[in-house]
Amino acid sequence: MFFEQLLNGLTLGSTYSLIALGYTMVYGILELINFAHSEIYMIGAFIGLIMVSVYKLPFVLALLISMAGSCIVGITIEKIAYKPLRKSSRIAPLISAIGVSIFLQNAVLMLAGPQARPFPSGLNVTSLRFGPLRMSSLQLLILLVSIVLMIVLHFLMQKTKLGQAMRATAQDKEAAQLMGIKIDQVISFTFAIGSALGGAAGVLVGVYFDSVNPTMGFFPGLKGFVAAVLGGIGSIPGAMLGGLILGLVEMLGAVYMSRYKDAIAFAVLIFILLLKPTGLLGRRVQEKV
Amino acid sequence: MLKLENVITHYGNIQALKGISIEVKPGEIVTIIGANGAGKTTTLKTICGLVAPTSGKIYFQGEDITHKSTSDIVESGIAMVPEGRRVFPRMTVLENLQLGAYLNKDKAQVKNDLEKVFNLFPILKDRVKQIAGTLSGGEQQMLAIGRALMARPKLLLLDEPSMGLAPKIVANIFDIIMEINRTGTTILLVEQNARMALTIAHKGFVIETGKIVLEDSAENLLNNEQVKKAYLGD
Repeated sequence: MFFEQLLNGLTLGSTYSLIALGYTMVYGILELINFAHSEIYMIGAFIGLIMVSVYKLPFVLALLISMAGSCIVGITIEKIAYKPLRKSSRIAPLISAIGVSIFLQNAVLMLAGPQARPFPSGLNVTSLRFGPLRMSSLQLLILLVSIVLMIVLHFLMQKTKLGQAMRATAQDKEAAQLMGIKIDQVISFTFAIGSALGGAAGVLVGVYFDSVNPTMGFFPGLKGFVAAVLGGIGSIPGAMLGGLILGLVEMLGAVYMSRYKDAIAFAVLIFILLLKPTGLLGRRVQEKV
Repeated sequence: MLKLENVITHYGNIQALKGISIEVKPGEIVTIIGANGAGKTTTLKTICGLVAPTSGKIYFQGEDITHKSTSDIVESGIAMVPEGRRVFPRMTVLENLQLGAYLNKDKAQVKNDLEKVFNLFPILKDRVKQIAGTLSGGEQQMLAIGRALMARPKLLLLDEPSMGLAPKIVANIFDIIMEINRTGTTILLVEQNARMALTIAHKGFVIETGKIVLEDSAENLLNNEQVKKAYLGD
């Protein structure tokens, strides 16, 4: 029982990690909490659903198309709702983000209706045994996809010129410009990558719970945010770690008090803000004088 | 090489530059001296497109660069060492230098330039894997200059390279600035340390509250009574 909950926690946690990465990457560059991120997650799930149910595409292809679609949604949101506000006060893009979130959620509600839909992934789910451990092949798939995506992201950030430009921009925007880096491009890429990961998480969770609906982004979005704060907002390894820890804590907590499963995440948020506001791997922000 | 014609720059409603006109000729070291807040940094930022001028024209090698993006300006051959060094603190020395060559796609050339920077600043070669934020102030200044050189600039803008450094290190940095100039890079140097700047410069401008109030050869400025009193502490 304990080990199975551990696995459940890791599986769920890895999807929180994917969501948290989107928050943390955007925050790292723009110091903006992109509250529309939970809607990108939801739209990603819908795109995946349409691909498997309408176009009968195999799951992996549907996942990739969903990631591409989420990229486009993310970039568009940035261009329309955040870029024009870049020079205004910090609260303005935050309000704009909440507006985008409400708009997208209601747009999908209007188009798709409020009911939850099953996700006919076409995957053959079997039960796997590793000694005393039991897990479903679906859990294994979700874990593997999440881990692969995070490895790809790590490679992209550490080994490519684009990743270097993104890190430089996050550390010092003006100095990055002086290197010849085009900041607008870097910001677009950041939204693209974060959104692709968020969309992927939406598809994975949609398949996992076999359910997709227009408000599905709300709790995972908030929990992804908690995971990002827990790991230290702005820190990519922090987001990965934060998601996994949050998933584990939630699932193990659910064993003893299943009614309060969702409350656990927010209790974690309160504790981390009280005890270590910079998060596990976050840096202390130095206020410039 | 570089020409500013009556450049006016605002920060919101505040007029920071009130019509700056300066000229830098190829091969020169030109310095702009002035007090804190006189508009020295704003002048440099306006040149490289980090802030947009309200009016006026900026020409580089005969080409109008007034409203070009920073990226295009850097590509055309201007590099800047910003005030306070501004190295990327959580990246290694090597990564900082690589970012300096961000626009250069010729890998062999980048490698070659890296060697040149290491020749100029041997200490950076020893620290190549070190995180830039852990370097001393002097080393960070060297890294910031080396990073700018990686862009192969024809014109190098230096903003307060002596700031916060021990006199011995300042002398070292200024030697290197002269060395960089000897190898064919034109230099526009902004300094509060007026004596030091005028000692190595060919020409100088004195800026006061957003206006150029004096312009002359560096030698004459060093002997100018007004300059001596206000900026050289004689």
